[in-house]
Amino acid sequence: MKKQTMFLRMITASLLRRRSRMLVALLAIAAAATDFAGAEKTSPYWRVDGEWPSKQGEALIGKEIAQTLALSTGDIVTLTYDLETKAATADEASKNERNQNSGDFVVSGILDTGGNEEKYIFISIEDMEALTGKADIFDMAELSVSASQSELKAYADNITNQSGGVSARLVKRVTQSENTVLSKLQALVLLVTVIVLLLTMICVATTMMAVVTERRKEVGLRKALGASNQSIIVEFMGEGLLLGGIGGLLGSVCGFVFAQAVSMNVFNSSIQFHWLLIPLTVLVSVLVTGLSCLLPVRSATDVDPALVLKGE
Amino acid sequence: MSLLELKSVSKIYGPLKALDNVNLTVENGEWLAIMGPSGSGKSTMMNIIGCMDKPSLGEVILDGVDIAKESGKKLTEIRRDKIGLIFQQFHLVNYLTAVENVMVSQYYHSMPDENEALEALERVGLKDRAKHLPSQLSGGEQQRVCIARALINHPEIVLADEPTGNLDETNENIVIELFRQLHRQGTTLIVVTHDPEVAEVAQRTVVLEHGRLVKEIINENFEA
Ligand SMILES: Nc1ncnc2c1ncn2[C@@H]1O[C@H](COP(=O)(O)OP(=O)(O)O)[C@@H](O)[C@H]1O
Ligand SMILES: [Mg+2]
Repeated sequence: MKKQTMFLRMITASLLRRRSRMLVALLAIAAAATDFAGAEKTSPYWRVDGEWPSKQGEALIGKEIAQTLALSTGDIVTLTYDLETKAATADEASKNERNQNSGDFVVSGILDTGGNEEKYIFISIEDMEALTGKADIFDMAELSVSASQSELKAYADNITNQSGGVSARLVKRVTQSENTVLSKLQALVLLVTVIVLLLTMICVATTMMAVVTERRKEVGLRKALGASNQSIIVEFMGEGLLLGGIGGLLGSVCGFVFAQAVSMNVFNSSIQFHWLLIPLTVLVSVLVTGLSCLLPVRSATDVDPALVLKGE
Repeated sequence: MSLLELKSVSKIYGPLKALDNVNLTVENGEWLAIMGPSGSGKSTMMNIIGCMDKPSLGEVILDGVDIAKESGKKLTEIRRDKIGLIFQQFHLVNYLTAVENVMVSQYYHSMPDENEALEALERVGLKDRAKHLPSQLSGGEQQRVCIARALINHPEIVLADEPTGNLDETNENIVIELFRQLHRQGTTLIVVTHDPEVAEVAQRTVVLEHGRLVKEIINENFEA
């Protein structure tokens, strides 16, 4: 039998037959890896507090307007439209009531985007036509698309080139504000990830310390049987790194499931899975585990075989 | 040349002399018993001979090398290559099976070989227990696994510290019988014991008291 085979046999036996302690460390690593995998993703999108309008007579109100008018879901809001081509002053409009169309709308939800959309009210096209008395007239269609600046530019150029009579423009303010939110959110998640990784290192280090203390006798025995300090280090590291790898793998899967769930619930969009994330997460887990095991494992080599074997 | 020679060996812990100017020579292939009351320095002496501890004073010549002067790394090598250890508390790795425990010793020494390890277990009458964990074995069986582990690398010298201290009569006899086999094969044996019955079967017995060698008994009716 090869030495490596016995090495693997020893460390897997140690992990499988001494479950409890290892499980703690494994879960810690997996949790960190979960967060790490989740950090990759997150694009803020329209967040609706309540429901999207599903039928006529319902309106989605931008958050800014809702705040100004102290509106909440279920309230009734009256919208009025000036039939005059030129906008009348507030004074004249109130005197000239016959020139106005108006309708009551139920607030189905409040829209929170962190952008300009919070200053708008959204109603169905049918309601709009009834209110304005004009059909099939569109001045402008606004799309909110989360993508990079260059991607958006390419989309806009495409639309302008391929459809006659429509010119697509980027509304920078909107995209930029979304980008700001996105980058702020990413920075936050990154910070959380770093903190979680640090906490994990502490957890793994203390667990490994406990493992080494618990197994002082075994270390003494192995030394008495002729193990060098180096082979003691290699064996404990082997266990730690194997555990780190498994934790990383588990974590990247959990991380994806978790990120997907968050994305669906909060941003209402699904995320794509980057296969590269798995090896990356496993690598980071293994590195973090290795780093946190260094000190505890070194302390294992201090065990004196004579002391350990001198009776109970 | 003798296999092992202790010259004026002392081990001093503060005011206490665990070993006090001990002189002892052990020939190759000899079977020696060490007796003495608790705290007389028997284990201290075994640890020094077993390269796990160093004397405060004196020389310990093992196979022509003064191990009192060697570095820790060199001592590990000597221990691995020349010495087989058997303990009172068995000391098996609790998450490895009997055969794996024997293989650990092979692993540090040279190459693990499962068949050879199984043969060693067969010699101590435990072939059918090879796949059991230490917790599934009786005390006597655990001690026999330890003996198989101590023998597997064919050490020049086997050190046993109270090997029968935790065993019943039947298992004690099995262990003595195994020692007899080892002796016949030419292995040098040093056995620390409280038990006169275990000392009687050896060729020679030395007695320690307060760290000093006070008596030496040659067994006239020794039978191999
Ligand atoms: N590491 C140590 N530090 C201090 N005293 C020790 C140490 N090891 C052993 N002793 C003392 O040395 C004496 C001999 O111990 P030991 O060799 O274990 O005795 P035995 O094995 O004969 O019962 C005892 O008094 C013990 O307390
Ligand atoms: Mg003792």
